[in-house]
Amino acid sequence: MLLDHLWSNRRIPLAWLLLTRQPGRLLVALAGISFAGILMFLQLGFRDGLFDASVTLHKRFAADLVLVSPRTMSSIAMASFPRRRLVQVMADPDVAGTTPVHWNFLLWRNPQTRNTRSILAVGFEPGDPLFTDTGLVERTRVLSQRGRVLFDSLSRPEFGPIADWYKQGRTIETEVAGKRVRVAGLVELGPSFGADGNLLTSSETFLQLMPDLPPGSIELGLIRLIPGADPATVAARLKSHLPKDVAIYSMQGFVEFEKNYWRSSTAIGFIFTIGAAMGFVVGSVIVYQILHSDVSDHLPEYATLMAMGYPLPQMLGVVAREGLLLALMGYLPAWLAGQGLYTVIRNGTKLPVAMDGARSLLVFGMILTMCLGSALMAMRKLGDADPAEIF
Amino acid sequence: MSSASHPSAPGSDSGNGIVSRHRNGSAPASLVVRDLQHWFGSGANRRQVLDRVSLTIRPGEVVLLTGPSGCGKTTLLTLVGALRQVMAGSVQLFGLELHGAARSERQLLRRQIGMIFQGHNLLRCLSAEQNVQMGADLLPGLGYRARRDLSRQWLRAVGLGDHLGKLPHDLSGGQKQRVAIARALAAQPRLLLADEPTAALDSRTGREVVELLRRLARDQGCSVLMVTHDPRILDVADRLVEMEDGRLSEASISGRTLSGSVG
Repeated sequence: MLLDHLWSNRRIPLAWLLLTRQPGRLLVALAGISFAGILMFLQLGFRDGLFDASVTLHKRFAADLVLVSPRTMSSIAMASFPRRRLVQVMADPDVAGTTPVHWNFLLWRNPQTRNTRSILAVGFEPGDPLFTDTGLVERTRVLSQRGRVLFDSLSRPEFGPIADWYKQGRTIETEVAGKRVRVAGLVELGPSFGADGNLLTSSETFLQLMPDLPPGSIELGLIRLIPGADPATVAARLKSHLPKDVAIYSMQGFVEFEKNYWRSSTAIGFIFTIGAAMGFVVGSVIVYQILHSDVSDHLPEYATLMAMGYPLPQMLGVVAREGLLLALMGYLPAWLAGQGLYTVIRNGTKLPVAMDGARSLLVFGMILTMCLGSALMAMRKLGDADPAEIF
Repeated sequence: MSSASHPSAPGSDSGNGIVSRHRNGSAPASLVVRDLQHWFGSGANRRQVLDRVSLTIRPGEVVLLTGPSGCGKTTLLTLVGALRQVMAGSVQLFGLELHGAARSERQLLRRQIGMIFQGHNLLRCLSAEQNVQMGADLLPGLGYRARRDLSRQWLRAVGLGDHLGKLPHDLSGGQKQRVAIARALAAQPRLLLADEPTAALDSRTGREVVELLRRLARDQGCSVLMVTHDPRILDVADRLVEMEDGRLSEASISGRTLSGSVG
């Protein structure tokens, strides 16, 4: 009913016709807006992908609370704390279990090229429920044999063709931190900006690889609570009992702590945000140029319409609608190209970059702001349209 | 209609019943201008372009305004067309005083004035039909279909029924000017202002366009004030006024007036 009414009272789509009757100019405008949109998608995708990648491992841990050293700044610099603290934690009635975890970067020798490269090694008691994925936990049982490691098949290719060789059934032996190890299987974890690759091993093997490590020290303590226990309450209670040489986080807090490091303590977040802002500025300039020259070119026509009795606000509305149409038409190709580029990035860098709703909306909002802002600037030109001057 | 074509000053019409009823310049006189003065610039550069101009146009009357260029004709047109603020004197359009009228009032009044320009001033991105509809769109309370049909009717009336979908770019000068006439009339104006509508046309086309303009305006009961330099079209006028140095004088156009009103 309302639609019928609107349809029968519709007007000539002046904004649409102004844009589409100059296909050359429209194409330039859309190319500019799409380019700006793609740039924003790319930069924000990298930024968010980096933050997400920094916690790919964190998110797999089966824990309600996490103990780390207060000197730990991020996953690339984990300080150690006494393993005794975990035993103390066990005294709390709400704690169901704990898992001590070793965590350090070690030099991995590429078995093909013989080059070494830093890899993140995680050591724990095989069979301990380290990960939420129970199938993964089962596979770690092979680590109970000394000198065995599980290699992350998503690691960057610089570590060697481990996954391919393993699938071919080859026995892969190489050096980690100067000691011989054998690849006993593959896991899929994914690299982050901090770690190019991951390997899992037993605590025993880990200590063998790092003989200088003080005994009884760990880098990470996972705490599981009994069903129904409130993590915040337990965390507060544990905090009051434990000495100051440990910090306690909820799982969510642990993930945020890591992301926050990359966000605030490195230039990465800033750089990519600046990159996205550049896209915004470039796009704004292009849209403003297009709309401004469009208004200038049609100034006599706008003046004619005003002489005929069309009010200025209606003419401003035409310019605003032009901006809106440009935003809509420019966003679609940008979004599609963004999808494609994310696939390329995922394949090229193995970073978890994907088009998500929030970012789609954010970029759309930025393109909309860009186009409407430019339209608003171009409207000032419309003030020059003096109907008295057209005779 | 013929009574309105009497070529004399407004005051001398007292004998005519229709006109005398409204002789104080209220309702039916489309336009009453009294002692209108206008200046451009300010201070020492101030230059008077209109000097105590008075003019009355009755409904359906076709008045031609001639005079050397730069004498203030166009200024008068913009003042009468509610495009400029009146500085001194009085301009009454359809009984409403323009002196002191707000911008929004003038803008609303302009909807009742059709304007035809030297250049056609059509919207390049719109087809002939859409251009005319921009005029029809100003009419309140009409649906899209009604407004479109109206614009098609007007295009047929100006003889362009076969060119509805053409862009101005694909039309000849005469055709464009006819589209402009259709656009001006589609808004059902009560006064039509035309500024040298034949300037860009050859003599035969110009003649056709002006006659068309006069015929259609008459059918609508719409008055016309047309500025022209073209001596060949003077005979379409009911009345001819001449302007020189900002002053207006009634010109004698001898027998032409009569033949104009009969035709």
